[in-house]
Amino acid sequence: MVGSHPSTEEVWAWLDLVPDPEIPVISVVDLGIVRDVDWDRGTLVVTVTPTYSGCPATSLIALEIEAALAAQGVRDIRIETRIAPAWTTDWLSEKGRARLEEFGIAPPQKAGGPDRCPRCGARDLERVSQFGSTPCKAQWRCRECLEPFDYFKCI
Amino acid sequence: MDENAALFEFLLRMGDNTLILGHRVSEWCGHAPVLEEDIALANTALDLIGQTQMWLGLAGEIEGQGRSADDLAFLRDAWDFRNLLLVEQPNGDFGQTMMRQFLFDAWHLPMLTMLAVGGHERIAEIAAKAAKEAAYHLDRSADLVIGLGDGTEESHARMQAALDLLWPYMAEPFEADEVDAAMTEAGVAPDPGTMRGAFMEKVGAVMDAATLTVPERRFAQTGGKSGVRHSEHLGHILTQMQWLQRAYPGAAW
Repeated sequence: MVGSHPSTEEVWAWLDLVPDPEIPVISVVDLGIVRDVDWDRGTLVVTVTPTYSGCPATSLIALEIEAALAAQGVRDIRIETRIAPAWTTDWLSEKGRARLEEFGIAPPQKAGGPDRCPRCGARDLERVSQFGSTPCKAQWRCRECLEPFDYFKCI
Repeated sequence: MDENAALFEFLLRMGDNTLILGHRVSEWCGHAPVLEEDIALANTALDLIGQTQMWLGLAGEIEGQGRSADDLAFLRDAWDFRNLLLVEQPNGDFGQTMMRQFLFDAWHLPMLTMLAVGGHERIAEIAAKAAKEAAYHLDRSADLVIGLGDGTEESHARMQAALDLLWPYMAEPFEADEVDAAMTEAGVAPDPGTMRGAFMEKVGAVMDAATLTVPERRFAQTGGKSGVRHSEHLGHILTQMQWLQRAYPGAAW
């Protein structure tokens, strides 16, 4: 197998098929937590930056990355955790942002709150709670369609 | 004091604060007054426990005795804990919990901000990450202290009582001992005393908006971060938090 391992581009493409365990409409690449992919001789090194310090999905994500790569025949894998620079929602891909909104989760905005209701598009919104179903989300409600929705916090 | 020993002590202080407060806040899980607050409290606790893993993980590395973050969290007894007395205080009612959170956050965020530009790279990295979460916690706890303080007669009275109860614990974070002196000397952490001004300013502004009065009295309870004299509450927390690892050593899942 020497010299015949898959290219890092191929690996990135495979990782882009690994769903985030809690928000499966976006991939771990969309989420911006895969920071680097490189070969260290025969070992594939994937560098991951966790989102929130206590996010329970972190260890599951590492497992899913390993499983997805193993399915492509890559078995010698090392997952490294890098905490600096700290993860930021600026690293969410454009594709990821669009998918979030389609899924009913308002994407993060610099202004600190959602731009529009992900269901009806109205802009008359109110915050219900600073936290939502996962550490990365907050709960908002649309005053037009009256539906509650998740907002992906901007950090 | 040997710098490595001081560094270990300092990391225990950072990690024990987030561990004990994280555990306390998690006690609300399933008991908060409304669902949204229950979720928010659980998420806050999760952030704090996540930060603990980083602080105590690094503490174990610095110590060099092969102890992991879990070993430090679950296998030390009360006298080896280095958290501030504030964080081990009981939850009381929801208002008292949020007052404790605000007082902690108002110290924690500036501390992390200073550590993030300090001279120890690993500490600076952890602090930069934790500061993002702490900023969010402070926004939330300040909002709730204001909302409840400037709320009904009942909520106002409870928040004032909570502030009066917890205020004697707010001198300890700003008192320097030999561990702090070693950290300041090494350029790792700020001199705790220099952070008091900004803390008092933040507390003053929030309490004004909350129509609450910061107590005049200067009586202070100390002994947590040095480990010399914890309150009676810490042991009770440990009996619950450490029970599983004590009863089934090495249990994993």
